[in-house]
Amino acid sequence: MGAFLAKRLAQAVVVAFGALTLVFVIVRAVPGDPAKLIVGPDASAGQLESVRSDFGLDDPLWRQYVDHLGGIVRGDLGDSWRLGGSALTNTLERFPATLTLALAALVLTVAIGIPLGMLCARRPGKVLDLVVSTGSLAGQAIPSFWLGIVLILLFARHLDWLPATVDGSPAAVLLPALTLSLPFIGWLARLVRSSALEEGAKDYARTARAKGVPEGTIQYVHVGRNIAIPVVTVLGLLMGNFIANAVIIEVVFSWPGIGSLMVDAITNRDYAVVEAAILTITLSYIVLNLFVDVVYFVIDPRLTPEDA
Amino acid sequence: MSSTAAADRPAAARTRSALGAARRVPVRVWIGGGVLALFVLAAVVGPVLHPYDPVATDLPNRLLAPGERTEAGAVAWLGTDQMGRDLLANLLAGSRISLLVACATVLVGGAVGLVVGLVSGYFGGWPDTIASRVGDIQLAFPSILLAILLAGVLGPSVTNIVVTLAITRWVVFARVARASAMATRRLDFVDSARVLGAGHIRIMVRHVLPSCWQPLLVAATVQVGLVMVAEASLSFLGLGVPVDTSSWGATVSVGRDYLGSAWWISTMPAVALALVVTAVGVIGDGFRDVSDPRSRI
Amino acid sequence: MPVPDMGGEQRAMPVPDMSGEQRAMPSTAGDGARTTGAERSPAARLRGVHIGFGGRGDELPVVRGVDLDLVPGRVTALVGESGSGKSLTALALMGLLPAGARVGAGSVEIDGRDTAGFTDAQWRRLRGTKVAMVFQDPMAALNPSFTVGWQIAETLRRRRGTGRRAAREQTVELMRTVGIPDAEHKYREYPHEFSGGMRQRAVIAMALTLDPAVLLADEPTTALDVTVQAQILRLLAARQADTGMAMLLVSHDLGVVARVAQDVAVMYAGRIVETGALDDVYTSPAHPYTRGLLDAVPDPARPGRLVPIDGQPPAPGHRPAGCAFAPRCPYATETCRTDDPPLVPLAASRPGPATGQHSVACHHSDRVLARATGTEVPS
Repeated sequence: MGAFLAKRLAQAVVVAFGALTLVFVIVRAVPGDPAKLIVGPDASAGQLESVRSDFGLDDPLWRQYVDHLGGIVRGDLGDSWRLGGSALTNTLERFPATLTLALAALVLTVAIGIPLGMLCARRPGKVLDLVVSTGSLAGQAIPSFWLGIVLILLFARHLDWLPATVDGSPAAVLLPALTLSLPFIGWLARLVRSSALEEGAKDYARTARAKGVPEGTIQYVHVGRNIAIPVVTVLGLLMGNFIANAVIIEVVFSWPGIGSLMVDAITNRDYAVVEAAILTITLSYIVLNLFVDVVYFVIDPRLTPEDA
Repeated sequence: MSSTAAADRPAAARTRSALGAARRVPVRVWIGGGVLALFVLAAVVGPVLHPYDPVATDLPNRLLAPGERTEAGAVAWLGTDQMGRDLLANLLAGSRISLLVACATVLVGGAVGLVVGLVSGYFGGWPDTIASRVGDIQLAFPSILLAILLAGVLGPSVTNIVVTLAITRWVVFARVARASAMATRRLDFVDSARVLGAGHIRIMVRHVLPSCWQPLLVAATVQVGLVMVAEASLSFLGLGVPVDTSSWGATVSVGRDYLGSAWWISTMPAVALALVVTAVGVIGDGFRDVSDPRSRI
Repeated sequence: MPVPDMGGEQRAMPVPDMSGEQRAMPSTAGDGARTTGAERSPAARLRGVHIGFGGRGDELPVVRGVDLDLVPGRVTALVGESGSGKSLTALALMGLLPAGARVGAGSVEIDGRDTAGFTDAQWRRLRGTKVAMVFQDPMAALNPSFTVGWQIAETLRRRRGTGRRAAREQTVELMRTVGIPDAEHKYREYPHEFSGGMRQRAVIAMALTLDPAVLLADEPTTALDVTVQAQILRLLAARQADTGMAMLLVSHDLGVVARVAQDVAVMYAGRIVETGALDDVYTSPAHPYTRGLLDAVPDPARPGRLVPIDGQPPAPGHRPAGCAFAPRCPYATETCRTDDPPLVPLAASRPGPATGQHSVACHHSDRVLARATGTEVPS
């Protein structure tokens, strides 16, 4: 288990390092004056000069890269010219909001998607099954930013049930979370359905039938435990997806998370914040993947340390 | 050689089942094909027949509902926007951008991915290691973030959108091509070609490349839909096409301010996008079923 | 002619015939349907059972008119090649036919009740108590995600409403009974931590949990190492002898059958072609297929006498008119290709206790029997 974790951790570090390098290359390799990018388009010649020396922009690229990595290790990603103060602090302040949104979306997806998939597996090819499979296709085709708008129109403007934007109430998270989760509910239901059908056809399900165990118990207990493994794996990936996809949804709902911060920063060329935001999201993505590996290991009794 | 025969037999079986499946093309694939054909037609000839002027203003006719008549007596089938411009004309112009970006991205990303995948799959060794690691890192990085970063850094233009999306997509094509190339290079007929003195380029083009087309085509179909949504998303965020260019995503964004009074501005382009992407998805599923009967559940 | 040698352990041991003492023994499982004595009614009875796929089970007939009585205290073997329909026959007794398969005609009676039109709930009540089953592949038959103990105890908890602690105690006891050493500890282990033989013991324990009246064992030793096959067979025979239940042993292996069974039914292409007491069938096979099966068993006493049966059994849906075995049969005549012979008692046979008389479905059983005694060579 320790060796397995160490191996995954090493992989995660390599990936994080690669991602950092990628961001560095993209931001520095852009045509144009990086000092202008950092300081903003309306900077004076004097400002530009001081930024160049502050950021070491006159240094060779490799030197800048090393300094940059050193800064990251120290948690110093530079200051935001627009918001003032450390870019990382500004970003991390927004992180809980994004996490809340992604978690709420995950809860919705699981609470609706898994039972829906199980129901479909009970009667494959019947009405519900067809509705869900068609719906999952449509759900992935509908652009999420528009879905958010429709939900605002329907639930906030028309029915006046839920707040459209952040008003401090816990219900405010419902609409953005629903927007985030809807495309994936059908997708998860389909995954649960096909896994349940596959597992339900195995010999051990027949053994349970031979013991006189009712079908519902077989599906939810005997089969359920076995499909928990692929489903949990997918949930971690879903969570990562939600954190990344939240970028657009946050803009639609003016949700004060990292995503809306990042889009603001991009349009205002506040690259220190952009880097901090990307770093935070990518790291949480990687940590989630790591977490999935560990959970996978814990819930599957067949996996022994030798398998790692 | 016996293994050649073994490799040929499933190929023959696949062709036979592919023919059989083609004869049984489900209705929804036909409908999807119809929607897609209509979309391509609208994108190619629509703007010619019903031109759109992005800078025009026609305030007396602003925010007309779908089906209402303008002061000139023409019917605004999909309504007009906040500047009084016809929404249908806007959508037709937007469809051209959508189609252009989708095709160009898939062509550029596909070409890059194909070359990288072929080389890394055929030669293996360090080119393969490097390409695979870079791909891993890029996939560990949410593609929407990469797209936003690139688009933001490059600035809004159609070319930049294509470059941005091609960079986020090439890995998918590279993986598909690599898998096919690896599967093919070990086959006997490739060995015999090598023994007969054929060069690497010739073997890749003549023998390995043909086996990549089918999976690449399936991947490309799926990617067309994803790229269209990605373009619309970036344009929605203001990071896509320039402001004077029509894009479905940008129109949805504009319409957000008029949700209460003119729902159609946001809704029409979104419905158009959803229809086309669903159609592409249905066709993609159909392709996959034809090329791999096992994938049917 | 002696009983053909089945190799190994069997050589030292005569064909077990426990029927005498079995019948004298009172039934241990307190089951109202059972009576003692020779006239006791079968715990399960098949009459003219047809099983097939598609439509009303008639589009692809696999089992075509099987009669079978499973009598308390006796082990009946159902022998045949794979695809002969023997496993489907056993599954029909559990109401667990695979998707698409169904009993098209005939009756499956369990505990004196015809199961035609049984609901899921009715079947569930029979399973485990009236009929239980041991499956071929114990690794696949056990759920990989639950401990073995939990899986055995589940039956008690769900069917008897036994409490957690009591179920656990009974399960550990049951695991000891089927020869799982260190049962307390093994209770908490997962199937992948068991050896193949131990897994099959666990599956047997699971089947025996509710003292079933009939135990169906479908190729219970096929997936196991040769070394543990004998142990599992001995365990099954011992449990059957102890409880006095009826047992159906489905197997393709005549050696396995000879160790455990008292009665045998030979299946070919979905029909029973020969049935009777094991002694009778093995010493004087009257069907050329049975004859061929026995000749195909390796006999160390007479090396070189191993005679395979040429050809393949016909696939369901491609069975010839007349006798299904005719295309492979050295005795076949024109009649065989047009008329399917019915299963009839042999004139000279003595009535068996369970399966009745030694019966055969062959137009030329006289010639087969005559050859068995060495007086005629088939043309």
